[in-house]
Amino acid sequence: MTALSMTAEQSQAALATDGDMREKISVRNLNFYYGGFHALRNINLPLFDKRVTAFIGPSGCGKSTLLRILNRIYDLYPNQRAEGEVLLDGENLLSPKQDLNLLRARVGMVFQKPTPFPMSIYDNVAYGIRLYEKLSRADMDVRVEEALRKTALWTEVKDKLRQSGLSLSGGQQQRLCIARAVAVRPAVLLLDEPTSALDPISTSKIEELVDELKPDYCIAIVTHNMQQAARVSDFTAFMYLGELVEYGATDTIFTAPKEEKTEQYITGRFG
Amino acid sequence: MAITDTSPPGTNFAMGRYKRRKIGNTITMGLAVGAAVFGLLWLVWILAVLLINGISAINLGLFTQMTPPPGSTGGLLNAIFGSIVMTVLGMVIGTPIGIMAGTYMAEYGKGTKLAEVTRFINDILLSAPSIIVGLFIYTIVVVPMGHFSAWAGSISLAVLVIPVVVRTTEDMLNLVPGSLREAAAALGAPRWKVIVQVTYRAARSGIMTGVLLAVARISGETAPLLFTALNNQFWSVNMNAPMANLPVTIFQFALSPYEDWQRLAWGGSLLITVAILALNIGARMLASIGTKKGQ
Repeated sequence: MTALSMTAEQSQAALATDGDMREKISVRNLNFYYGGFHALRNINLPLFDKRVTAFIGPSGCGKSTLLRILNRIYDLYPNQRAEGEVLLDGENLLSPKQDLNLLRARVGMVFQKPTPFPMSIYDNVAYGIRLYEKLSRADMDVRVEEALRKTALWTEVKDKLRQSGLSLSGGQQQRLCIARAVAVRPAVLLLDEPTSALDPISTSKIEELVDELKPDYCIAIVTHNMQQAARVSDFTAFMYLGELVEYGATDTIFTAPKEEKTEQYITGRFG
Repeated sequence: MAITDTSPPGTNFAMGRYKRRKIGNTITMGLAVGAAVFGLLWLVWILAVLLINGISAINLGLFTQMTPPPGSTGGLLNAIFGSIVMTVLGMVIGTPIGIMAGTYMAEYGKGTKLAEVTRFINDILLSAPSIIVGLFIYTIVVVPMGHFSAWAGSISLAVLVIPVVVRTTEDMLNLVPGSLREAAAALGAPRWKVIVQVTYRAARSGIMTGVLLAVARISGETAPLLFTALNNQFWSVNMNAPMANLPVTIFQFALSPYEDWQRLAWGGSLLITVAILALNIGARMLASIGTKKGQ
């Protein structure tokens, strides 16, 4: 039950600086299997609302796997199985009774490679909204504009909303994907290495975006880039070989990690 | 040109081998070009003969008059009409079945035994001689009905359409990256909406190409119609009766001793060839639009 004490400890540390910390997602005793391969071992971790949590670690450590459990996207594939509890606002989303489509409408996800749908920029953003809401034309226009403004894409695309989403640059496509996820008004945003396919300028735009979105969401970001984790996140989880080695406030993890393995990784001695 | 360059790198120590290699290259290239020209020659020859004999038969009457009795003038209107009706109906029956089966194999049944078996059987069906399909429909439709009919013709064409469409649909859906499906599912879209609204859209031009190629495949088929729709000397829109069609009319007229029938057969042949050419060009254009958009 080290995780619970860790959670309490962290909450207290944060409470000292900020009054409105709320645990949005609680991962408890989570194990994950790809067929016979035990990919995640006994993970315990909180994700706080209005905070950014970064998952770092070398390739294959399970950080993307962990992220893909939080919206149960792994469920698309047979032979993938999670055990344990993941509480979203106190409800276990691993429960068989959980409606996956409703869950995914609440927990948005952005992938490593930009994945615009083969339709217009407008329809890309409207797609998710249309799944769950019947809006008038005017209301939809407002929602689409709102999402595109939030992702700082509006000024760049407002004159070509009818053009294909595929006509945008890579960085713009990724921001379009974030806009699409945000448009559904989820509570949680999962970012799976969102900048690893982008140039430095697009990367810094996405990072600014994460900062701007933070007040409204609980954000989890998987990244290979430790500077990025240090820049954008409030909390950092370091994973290695399917285990959570260390979790804590980002400042602490990067300046005074408790575990030797964490220090070795963040100073670039392996991984 | 590299051939005029007489001082290759590495100076003279292996000149013998180098020369031998160059000669070998010239011979291989010559054989390859020769084979290509030989293959093309027949195609050009066929098209030239078709054009020379067919063009003189193309006139307004070909499109406005019925197939004539020997010795009098006429056209191919009833055969053209019948071919269009049965091709369209064959496509209408075969395309949805083909697309749905292909969708099952690529989206729902991936890796399942049923999908594997379906793919295997579909590949056999894809290369099955069309005369066997004709005989099969003759046995299960024409014989119980007691007479040849346009329905039977359409069904036998549909049976030929299905494997082509199944194959292209499955292949094209498999080309759609899984990340696109994940992205749609991650927004909370149910499976069928992901397929209909995102995956189909991404694979649209590829699937359309497959459908056009299926039209091209069946529009020239003779054997399956010979046993099913037979032919009809007269204008008929009755789907329960034999119906005229271009391939069987060509077959019948070309073998006849009457010169005006033979000329009509040439005209019909040219018509079918041009239509298939147009369909293939259309399919290619669609495919190239698709790849451009995908990039």
